Amino acid sequence: MSSVADWEAPNPVKENRSGLIGKPVDRYEGPLKVTGTAPYAYEVEPPAAPVYGIMVPAAIARGRIVEVDTAEAEAAPGVHLVWTHRNAPEQGERGARVHPRSTAPARPALENDRVAYFGQPVAFVLADTLENAQAAADLVRIAYAEEPPEADFRASLDRAMDPPGEEDVRVGDFEAAFAAAPVKVDDTWFTPVQNHCQMEPCATTAWWDGPTCVVHTSVQMVKPAQHGLAETLKIGRDDVRLLTRYIGGGFGGKGQTYDELTLAALGARALGRPVKVAFSRQHMMHGTIHRPATLQRVQLGATADGKLTAMSLMTVTHCHREGHFVEHASNFARSLYAAPNRLTGHRLVKLDLPGAGPMRAPGEASGMLSLEAAMDELAEKLGLDPVELRIRNEPEVDPETGKPFSVRQLVRCLREGAQLFGWDRRMPQPGRVRDGRWLVGMGMAAAIRGNFLLPAKCSFSVDAEGVITVKQGMTDIGTGTYTVLAQIAAETLGVPLKDVRVEIGDSELPPAPGSGGQFGAATAGSAALAAGMNLRKALAELAANDPESPLQGGPTDQVTFEDGVIAIGNRSERIATLVRRAAPDGLTAEGEIRPAADARNWSQHTYGAHFCEVAVDPITGETRVRRMLGVFAAGRILNWKTARSQLTGGMIWGVGSALHEGNAVDPRYGSFINQDLAQYLVPVQADIGELDAIMLDEVDDKANPMGIKGVGELGIAGAGAAVANAIYNACGVRVREYPITPDKLLAGLVAQGR
Amino acid sequence: MRPFTYERAADPQAAVKAAAETPNARFIAGGTNLLDLMKLDIEQPSHLIDVGRLPLAQIEDTADGGVRIGGLATNSQVAADMRIRSRWPVLAQAIVAGGSPQLRNKASVAGNLLQRTRCNYFYDTTKPCNKRRPGSGCGALEGLNRGSAILGASHACIATHPSDMAVALAALDAQVEVLSPAGGERRFPLLELHRLPGETPHVDTHLVPGELITAVLLPPPPEGGQVYRKARDRASFAAGLASVAVAGGQVALGMVAHKPWRAADAEAALAGGATAEEAISAELAQASDNGRNGFKITLTARLAAAAIDETRGRGA
Repeated sequence: MSSVADWEAPNPVKENRSGLIGKPVDRYEGPLKVTGTAPYAYEVEPPAAPVYGIMVPAAIARGRIVEVDTAEAEAAPGVHLVWTHRNAPEQGERGARVHPRSTAPARPALENDRVAYFGQPVAFVLADTLENAQAAADLVRIAYAEEPPEADFRASLDRAMDPPGEEDVRVGDFEAAFAAAPVKVDDTWFTPVQNHCQMEPCATTAWWDGPTCVVHTSVQMVKPAQHGLAETLKIGRDDVRLLTRYIGGGFGGKGQTYDELTLAALGARALGRPVKVAFSRQHMMHGTIHRPATLQRVQLGATADGKLTAMSLMTVTHCHREGHFVEHASNFARSLYAAPNRLTGHRLVKLDLPGAGPMRAPGEASGMLSLEAAMDELAEKLGLDPVELRIRNEPEVDPETGKPFSVRQLVRCLREGAQLFGWDRRMPQPGRVRDGRWLVGMGMAAAIRGNFLLPAKCSFSVDAEGVITVKQGMTDIGTGTYTVLAQIAAETLGVPLKDVRVEIGDSELPPAPGSGGQFGAATAGSAALAAGMNLRKALAELAANDPESPLQGGPTDQVTFEDGVIAIGNRSERIATLVRRAAPDGLTAEGEIRPAADARNWSQHTYGAHFCEVAVDPITGETRVRRMLGVFAAGRILNWKTARSQLTGGMIWGVGSALHEGNAVDPRYGSFINQDLAQYLVPVQADIGELDAIMLDEVDDKANPMGIKGVGELGIAGAGAAVANAIYNACGVRVREYPITPDKLLAGLVAQGR
Repeated sequence: MRPFTYERAADPQAAVKAAAETPNARFIAGGTNLLDLMKLDIEQPSHLIDVGRLPLAQIEDTADGGVRIGGLATNSQVAADMRIRSRWPVLAQAIVAGGSPQLRNKASVAGNLLQRTRCNYFYDTTKPCNKRRPGSGCGALEGLNRGSAILGASHACIATHPSDMAVALAALDAQVEVLSPAGGERRFPLLELHRLPGETPHVDTHLVPGELITAVLLPPPPEGGQVYRKARDRASFAAGLASVAVAGGQVALGMVAHKPWRAADAEAALAGGATAEEAISAELAQASDNGRNGFKITLTARLAAAAIDETRGRGA
């Protein structure tokens, strides 16, 4: 078995001789994207003229389809077919895995007469144009026998149950310690449903090439999408070629596939023509997953000098009646602060809402909105600075497991952030700073998010021109995967970036787990480094065994690669020259990464600290973020620019979570109230003032051979709590129900007599 | 979207004639609201008459010292006009508080006035809505009605009119000029354009079918300061929770009713020497809520009082 000790050896990424690692390199695919020429799934040009599909969403949340009338739709101009559960093609049974190693089961569309959620696709129209398909879809008549949905989360708390297979985590005696604590906080926070709102909705272009179903689709993970589609279509897994080259945002919402993929493939098979199907913006809200709402009770007990003696975070959340997803909003608290007596856990309510699922930093994004606000309340009660309170409760080892930290620079993030932000200018008492009509305040919060490494493979080839091609069944959901893989390849083989090609997002390429859980760069990158090391070895051996090479007979363990040149000592030649002569068809090497068997001996996370200044209009309760700073420690940074974009993007999402974002449920209908981006508000440019993210120098040698960690989810963790705490500091009102919209803040301001 | 036919009107007379003669026809100019609603199957016109290229986009001085704003002037054009910015700044402020630059570049003045409510239940075709489907009921009444009307609503409809621009026009005593299918022109106060929902909330305005708004006329501005204030959930590109336009002693409220709401009681109180706070309280004595929109009464009171004080050089 492998060990983290295996990763201690030097490698080109660590040595970074040409300085490409960390460099703010422009996006590999940037020119294609900004010129609108990157073909996203729906824009891929198929081999023949396509037909267009529209899915008809269910108008009820729960019940049965009792009548279907498609006659008018079928007779509408340009219509090729109309499917409902009555005439949909045969598909694999839900949950079936004919291939025992399939990473996803069958997921049939238009399965039967049951409606399990509002927006579930219940009919499908294919027509010669998108417009004709939509017009016909509007003519499909469906009558339902409606059953009253149970969709009111707060009214259903008495049905909350322990998530299957999970128990609360207890350390010490929380109840006794909390009861005895001289200073306490005990409050409950609410976080609403959030929708992913990716810029690119889920979409597929499909056609058949003989027995092979070719699909271009927008997913975060290649293999499960390929396998699940094969199971659904009841064909061999190799008979699905799945491509996902450019993806307009995922955020967890494209970690699974939806009916548009299945229906595109089935439609293309039925008509013998390429098919394009996309979700509408409105349909995305219900037809795909969402981040579920939570109610979180935080109890903190501390000594008068600010040492936590008791800490609890208990989360109630919800998922679909037939689902299993748990928003683990309490998990992060298990590793954040020292406290000898601890209680954390989750309860789950099953509701007749669409499926709950992962969304950027599942757990932390919701959970830190409560605990980090509670810490602010505790600091105030103690008369301590919130930064100092956190430093006083910095654990030496993981407070739950007792395991050592791989590396933990939370205190440094807090201290450096406080200094850079000018935290010393904060008035501890709220409501003391005015700027015109605005009340101004500062707040801060810590950030923590786990780090992961999954198994992955990769291949590197070099051709006679000396061009390196990276191939991997990986995805780039806008995070920078293409770019960091190119940097790793260039640094490892000592070639300029312009001599690297990256091919990803294809089921025929060496498998990688895709993008999610901020494991992408570490996982895909480590496999790429391994492939690069193997290609170095292959090139060294090629040269050493080639009588025509100046390197012939040289010691291959002393080979170096720089500026497109392979060298042993002072003997060298161009890589291109060597390959052209000795391996004119090119040379390919594969590599892989596996998690180290002993990696779990360390508590491993990424950390950060957010600082925020807001202004509150005391007349209207409107809040405006003036400036925000995040300081992060997340291992070695591969690309300063793409990493910073990830972090600031997360911080902006945190601002949205604090101030704007959330979808309310109308329990009468089991549906969300906001169905487009005019109603579901995310921050716009004008909502974000001065914003910066700083990354501390760090290497985590227990993480992977490169010592890097993920940043895709760290930025959102805690960011919203910093905004909430700044609002309190500005105006003295605590709103524990996110988002902190003017109506809620106004109620507090009025109650204060402002 | 349902199939529809399309024609480009040659002149205003032809446009109103076509509108009167073609069943289920609608005018289209910028299309920033109508096309959205058609795509969502909320509006189902069978014929569109494109008036977007008619020569009705001029902003001209009038003999009485006001201006005549062509119905097809874009929102951006009006907001950028130096006469408007200097003499009717409340109108320029209101326009730039609405939509986004892209929308304001496309949206016409007439279209802005005729935009439809943003009520979530109006937008979701699976829900009851008397405005969208007369007789189907009102989903908002006992639903998620945070944005709903607090003035002039009925048991049939609590939707609000979403325009910012119209609120300023209401405060400025604007007149609307329309061309009727019979060929005649008529002119009436903007406050008589929109109607309260009553039992027929599907009818937004008092326009006769086929009538085309050709211009909005502003009289010379009233004495005194002008200001437009809008409270919203984010800093830009968001429907208002409440808004207020003040021009001298004239006050109008926005996003609180089925139409831009001229605060006559508040104005009378102000004229009688009441404080801004007292005046707006007098206006809001008739306000009522449906639960979640109760905060709008408080918000409107504070926002309007602050705006009135601001025009009088008081307050922050």
